[in-house]
Parts: sequence; structure tokens; C-alpha cells
Amino acid sequence: MENYEKTTVKDFKMDQAARWCPGCGGHAVLAAVQKALPETGIKKENIVFVSGIGCSSRFPYYINTYGFHGLHGRGAAIATGIKLANPGLSVWLATGDGDSMAIGGNHFIHLLRRNLDINILLFNNKIYGLTKGQFSPTTPKGSITKTSPNGTIASPFLPGELAMGAQGNFFARVVDNDLEMMQKVFIAAASHKGTSLVEILQNCVIFNDAVHAEITSKELRDDNTIFLEHGKPMLFGRNKEKGLIREDSRMKVVQIGQNGITRKDILIHNAIDREDTRHYMLVRMMLPEYPIAMGVIRSCEASTYEDTYYGQIQVSRDKSTIKNVDDLFMSGNIFKLENHNGD
Amino acid sequence: MKKRVKVIERDDVVVKFAGDSGDGIQLTGAQFSDTSAFIGNDLATFPDYPAEIRAPQGTVEGVSGFQVHIGHKEIQSPGDQADVLVAMNPAALKANMKWVKPGATIIVDISNFDSRHYKRAEYVEDPLGDGSLDDYNVVRAPITEMTRDVVKHKGLDLKTADKTRNQFVAGILFWLFNRDLKIGENFLRDRFRNKPKLIDANIDVLRAGYNYAETVEAIEATYRVKPAEKGAGYYRNMNGNTAIAWGLLAAAEKSRCKLYLGSYPITPASEILQELVKTKNIGTIAFQAEDEIAGVCSAIGASFAGCLGVTTTSGPGLSLKSEGIGLGVITELPLVVVDVQRGGPSTGLPTKTEQSDLLQALYGRHGESPCIVLASSTPANCFDFAYEAARLAIEHMTPVILLSDGYLANGSELWHIPKMSDLPEIKVPRVLDNDPSYKPYNRDPETLARYWAVPGQEGLRHQIGGLEKADVTGEISYDPFNHEIMTLIRREKIDKVVYYIPKQQVIGNPEGDLLVIGWGGTFGTLYTAVKEMQEEGHSISLAQFNYIDPLPYNVPDIFGRFKNIVVCELNLGQFASCLRSKLPQFHYLQFNKIQGLPFLISELKNKFREILGLPQN
Repeated sequence: MENYEKTTVKDFKMDQAARWCPGCGGHAVLAAVQKALPETGIKKENIVFVSGIGCSSRFPYYINTYGFHGLHGRGAAIATGIKLANPGLSVWLATGDGDSMAIGGNHFIHLLRRNLDINILLFNNKIYGLTKGQFSPTTPKGSITKTSPNGTIASPFLPGELAMGAQGNFFARVVDNDLEMMQKVFIAAASHKGTSLVEILQNCVIFNDAVHAEITSKELRDDNTIFLEHGKPMLFGRNKEKGLIREDSRMKVVQIGQNGITRKDILIHNAIDREDTRHYMLVRMMLPEYPIAMGVIRSCEASTYEDTYYGQIQVSRDKSTIKNVDDLFMSGNIFKLENHNGD
Repeated sequence: MKKRVKVIERDDVVVKFAGDSGDGIQLTGAQFSDTSAFIGNDLATFPDYPAEIRAPQGTVEGVSGFQVHIGHKEIQSPGDQADVLVAMNPAALKANMKWVKPGATIIVDISNFDSRHYKRAEYVEDPLGDGSLDDYNVVRAPITEMTRDVVKHKGLDLKTADKTRNQFVAGILFWLFNRDLKIGENFLRDRFRNKPKLIDANIDVLRAGYNYAETVEAIEATYRVKPAEKGAGYYRNMNGNTAIAWGLLAAAEKSRCKLYLGSYPITPASEILQELVKTKNIGTIAFQAEDEIAGVCSAIGASFAGCLGVTTTSGPGLSLKSEGIGLGVITELPLVVVDVQRGGPSTGLPTKTEQSDLLQALYGRHGESPCIVLASSTPANCFDFAYEAARLAIEHMTPVILLSDGYLANGSELWHIPKMSDLPEIKVPRVLDNDPSYKPYNRDPETLARYWAVPGQEGLRHQIGGLEKADVTGEISYDPFNHEIMTLIRREKIDKVVYYIPKQQVIGNPEGDLLVIGWGGTFGTLYTAVKEMQEEGHSISLAQFNYIDPLPYNVPDIFGRFKNIVVCELNLGQFASCLRSKLPQFHYLQFNKIQGLPFLISELKNKFREILGLPQN
């Protein structure tokens, strides 16, 4: 961020339009990213978008930055190599629920565990779009899809829960029809030092239309979602008349003014305390009992892999008498032969 | 009064150490090799060990071996049979008797030759008492017993005490070869520098072994092997895996590209990763990934960001990396893939050598997916070919697969230390910032390599990836004719590498009755067998291949000058079938071995004699 140079939305637009389906949530996400990037102050040449395979993984072709469209599930590994090679770059990973939760699950959890400073945009439409409608690891249990005519059998992954299990330090959730929310959260993700995971609840107009309708429709969204901000009370509803309290070991939805509940009783969101177990409860909240938690749920400081790695390099350089490859060749057990025949 | 023992001058000697895995056989072997190197002997080593870390003790399956061939003359192979065998138990004796020369010196640890050990080694009779060893010079040394005696006041537990036994053996060998004990002591000081208690104990045991050999009068003669006739300069004892690591480091420094290794531990390639994580002092990024796939993919990412991206593995890992290598092919980024081959398929023989990944390296990817394939052929030239792999990867913007094998990886030989300034230049096809003519798939007209613009550079933003790209512009393209053009260009780019590699060499006359063809790690034994037959007056030559794809341009010319061609490989004939498809005008005989072991010089010579219509020796 020291290379401050004012960029605009236009800097990140491509000449050609994105080739997602009309009405796909991808278009809004792209627009939000293009609006968010100038706010981060990062030099445009220092931004790299990496992806795996899937609809969302076409992202790097649609944004005017350095881009690398990789292999199915392997975007996290490619991004890791880029970031370790040049920690000065701002590295973004565009990925989907199939790409990161299924085929790339291993790379996904290890990226979080290592905590490289990479921003993950996880497009979660709970379906395989590019291969035309098979279930994904986030598809709700019992769903009928092309490959589950009798309903899916296994429990879906919750990306936030998985991220915390993998020692993740930053998790946020947004929905694709709320540009303002996305922009705000993407900027937060970019400024977080370490791996930041943003789960984007995304609509697939073709294969899973209205999958998130309960939280996207104007009538329902205020009651069905709660937007969390660090240091602010956990309130929701059209007039912020509802809130969350802790009862025994569970979260509970309450109405302000009912049963003697006042605003003072409402929990205050603490995103930065890594021991705050409410992060875990918040990502697990599901309709109809709870609203869906949105915004930055967890944002904890931790050392990054690349900083520690380059720190070790610096210490080794300072301590070692070997300064280059010639020195290395001549180190340890070597011996000299004179130019004569034996003896 | 010490008896003066006769000293025999020898041009070369083969020593084999054998015992349980865990007996310190590999350590003793390395110490003996380093000492030999230090006094200037030429050498070749061959460690041979079981896949289990601590295989069942005292059984023939659990025997770990280390063979070292030292010489005043040129040494290219570890030798078929030993002049000196050290057997720490009956199983070690049993496993190695067929690899011992008639009349050899056999040193046994008599402390372990009892009925319990005989039973474990499945001996029916006492091999020391049944007359089967009458023709050998058997030294019955109470190694375990005397070692325990030496270290009994050192405060070591029995297990640690017994681990110093190998130094008793080393002491005997130092006396047997008229070596200066100080060299062995220095080796121990270095090896155990973090465990001072062990330095003392090991040095005491080493000296005890030396004194024992001098006093016991059981050894009839000692050997002296004069320094080798090598060019002047600095040398070190070098194994194949370290040589690969250092070759990559040298190429990175020369090209001014940061070295990035993405790798996952696998036998017998892990030592390359282990070596490179030690070189943070010169800025290496060596990343132990979560799996083989992440290893190669992170290396491709690093190459995109301007590093020399490398991944190292063995056969099973190469299978897992094949999709990633294809990505390297279509994105046309520099990538070095090192495959240290082992016995396959599947987990196969993890610690044994084989050459059975050649066809996988050439063809084991989906789509038309050519890359450069090289093979190193001696432990020391693993350095040269790692450097060469990196040079070609960078200059031609392509993945390069370098085939080594378990034999080269663990084997060692003398390495003439080069100077960085003597190594060839590496031309990096970089682009200047804001070059208005830059397009991702614009190419160098000579090499057809595209240019390397890296993130962070101004005015060169672009997107690449696994989808087919339009020629020049690099936009996504599903155009059928463009795909054909791009496919042809990718192949032609590899074919053009032929103008940037040396001619194929022939060892011996450029024409004759028999041309022996080998590739990669079989060089030492093939060379020795061919040389010996040349000295016997036969019309035989050797062409050992390091460049597999593309083949050097003069190959058809070489093949046409011989009456017979035999392709010798440690597989079922993979290079032979490759040659048959590329150069079908020649007739190829084959000699193949799939035992997880290198060729023997004797079996090679028998085959060559048969082809030449000569009586068998």
C-alpha cells in the first residue's frame, strides 16, 4: 500500500464484457471488486487475480490486472507460489464451492492454516454451474440435482466453519445483490494481513435460481440476515428491533422491549478476539431459527507465512558466511588435487 | 612387537559394508567415501537399503548395504563384486556372499555369530565353521563386545553404545587402507557437532578398531590406493540429489531469477528439498507443500511471478503432477520437474532404482503436451543437467523434465568444483516495463519462446491460464484453426531446442560392429563394460543419451555407422520403443533388467559378447 497511486474503476475494466450468464451474480461481484480496488490504494500492476476452474474462476479474464486461470481446485496452490515469490503483490483468489470445497479442499485448508496474505473470494452458489447442475459440497442435504435424483445424502460444508477448523483468521460473508456490502467487505479483506476468506452467497440463474431468495428479497432480507460490525451490537430487523443474546451455550434471537430485553442486553460483536467462540456460532446460524450472519465475522491478527519465511531468510543471510553459490561450493569437506600423477 | 604387514598397491578396490538397517552402515560408508575423496581417490558409491526405516533385525530382508569403489584409475561404477566385505551379522553375510570376489577379505562381527542370529538369517549350519569360507580371508572381530568395553564408562545407554560399533569397523578399515585416522576423527567431529558426548565415544571406538586391526595379526595384507590422476583443482564427494539441488541454485544465481522449489517429500527425491531448505542464506524459497499437486502448481505460480519454478519428485508424484505440467506447457512458463525414478508401478520399490518413468515423462499427459526431457547420467553430472534443465526452461519458456534415479540420487563420486563464472550464460526472455508491443503470446522468432512479463511490471498487465489462447494476443480462443496453430507451435518450439543442445557423443570408434545405447543413470556400468571390451580389442562403442526430447540432430548419422545396435535399460524397453517410433529405419536389439538394481558389468559383457558372436567368458 506504500505504492500509493490513485486508480479508478475504469483502470480495472476490460474492453470485452464478462461472459457469465445474464443475471449471474458474478457480474455484481466483479463490479464490486472493481469499485473496491481503487479504495485499497494498491498499485494496479501489483494486483494479481488467480483462480481455479468453474464459472467463478473465469474472473481473472474479466478484470484488468495480472491474471492466472489455473487448474480445478489448484488456484490456492498457484496463488501461494505467487505470493511467496513476491510478497509485495496483492494476490486474490477467485474460487467456487466446487473448486475449493471439493477438488481443491486440501489446498484450501492449507492456505488458511499457513495464513499467507491472500484474499479469497469464494463464490458459493451451492451447485456446479459450469458442468451444468450437479450437486456441490455446499448443496443443502436432500437436494434434487442432476447427480442426486433422490436427494443429496451428505451434510453440506459450511465454508466459515471449515475455515475456522483450518485455523483461519479472517472470515466474512456477503450476498451478491448487495453491492455496497460487498465493496465494504472486500476492502476489509484486502486490508487484513493474512488469508482472508469472503464467502459470497451467489445466485445461479440457470441451475440454482433463487437459492438465496430468503435473504435477497427486499421483504425478507432485513429479518433474515444480520450484518455484523466489530464493536457494534448484534441487531437486525427493519428497525433494528431484534437482536442476539447468549442463553446458556446458545445464541438466542430476542425482540427489544419484550420480556424486559433492552438494547443493553444485546451482544456486542468482537471480530478480533481469536478466542471468541461466538464466531463459530455466528457462522453456523441458519434459517428459520436464526438470521444468516453477514459482514466480517472474524478478523484476527496473526503472523503471515511469507513474513516469517522472509524473516528466516534474513536471519540466515546475516548469520551465514556463505553469500553466494561459489561460497556454497567451497564450503564443508573439499580437497585440492595438484596437477601431478598420484602419490 | 608389531608385525610388519605387507602393503599391496592396488589400482582400485571395492568395499561393501552390510548390516541391519540402523547399524550405521550408511554412515560408515559415507565416512569411508569422504575419506577416500579427501586423499584424492576417484570413487563411485552405491547405497542399497530396505524401504523400512528399521526392518526386522537380523533378517536377510533387513540388510542395509553400502558399496564403495575407490581407485587410482578412473572409476565409473561401484563395481560388481567386493574385495572387502564387512558383515555385521550372519544375515549380512548371507545376503552378500554372491557379491564377493574369490579370496576377498571378509570382516565379520563375531559377537553376532551365534545360534540366535543364524536362525534369523535362516542358516542351517554355522557358515564360519562349515568350510564354505575357506577360500576367503575371514577376520573374526568381536566388534560389538569390544565396542561395549570401550564405551562402558562413557555413560551411554546400551542402544547408543551399540550405535558406535560402526566406528570400530571404520577403524579396522582405516588400518586396512593405511589411512590417517585424523581424517576419520574430523568427519565425526563434523557429523556429531551438536552432540559432543557422541564425538568422544565414536573417536575412542574408531581408535580401538584401528588398534585392534594392527594388533590382532588376522589381516594378511593392507591396501594402498594412490590418488587418482585427475586434473588439478578443488574436488568434493558429491551425490546425485545434492548435485541437482546445487545445479538449480547455480542456474538461479546465473539467471538472476530467485529459485522457488515447491515439493512434497518422497523417496528417493526428498534430499533435494532437504538440501534446498538449508540454502535460505542465499535466498532460496523452498516450500514443502501439502501434496505433489500443490508442489508443481505453486512452482508454476512462482514462475508466473518471475522465479525459476522447480518441483521435485519420484514416479508416483510425477503421475500426480501431470495435469500441472500440462498447465506449464500451455501457459509457456519456465518449470523444472525433477523425477528421481524408483521401481514402480504404484508404490513399487521405493528405495530401489529403475528407469521406468521415461514414457510417462515423454507422453504421460493429456492433450498434445510436449516438453523437454533430459536425463542425468552420473551423480556428479546431475549438477550439469539440473543447470541445463533450468537454462532450457528459462530460455525456451517451457517445462523441462529431468530424469534422475535412485542409483544416481544416493550414489556419489568425485566432483570437480566449478566456478560460477565458468558456467554458461542463461538468457532470460524478459520484457521491459511499458513495452507497447508486448502481447502475451508474441514470440522470439528464433526459439519461438514467448516473452516473460511478470506481475509488478508496469504496463504489461495480462491474463494467462489453462484455456487455449489466440496466437499472439493471448485472448481466449476456441477457434479450431488457432488451436491447431498453437498445438503445432508448442511442438515446434520443443523441436527447435535441438539447435541449442550439444551433439550426441560416441565413446569409442564412430563406427563398428556394436553400438551400445543407454540413457541416464546406467552410464557408469555401461561405460565400464564397453571400455573393458574395447581394451580386449572388440569393435564396440557407447552412446549414452542425456537429451531424450528432442534427440540431438546427429543421432541418425551415428546409428547408421554400426552393424548392430543394442539398447540397454532398466525397464522393459521404453527408450527402445521411443527410438523405434522416431528412427524406424534402424534395428534395435534390447537388453533389459527390472530387478530394482543397476546393471552388472559381467551381465552386460555377456550380452555384448553374445551379440558379437563371441564365446562367453
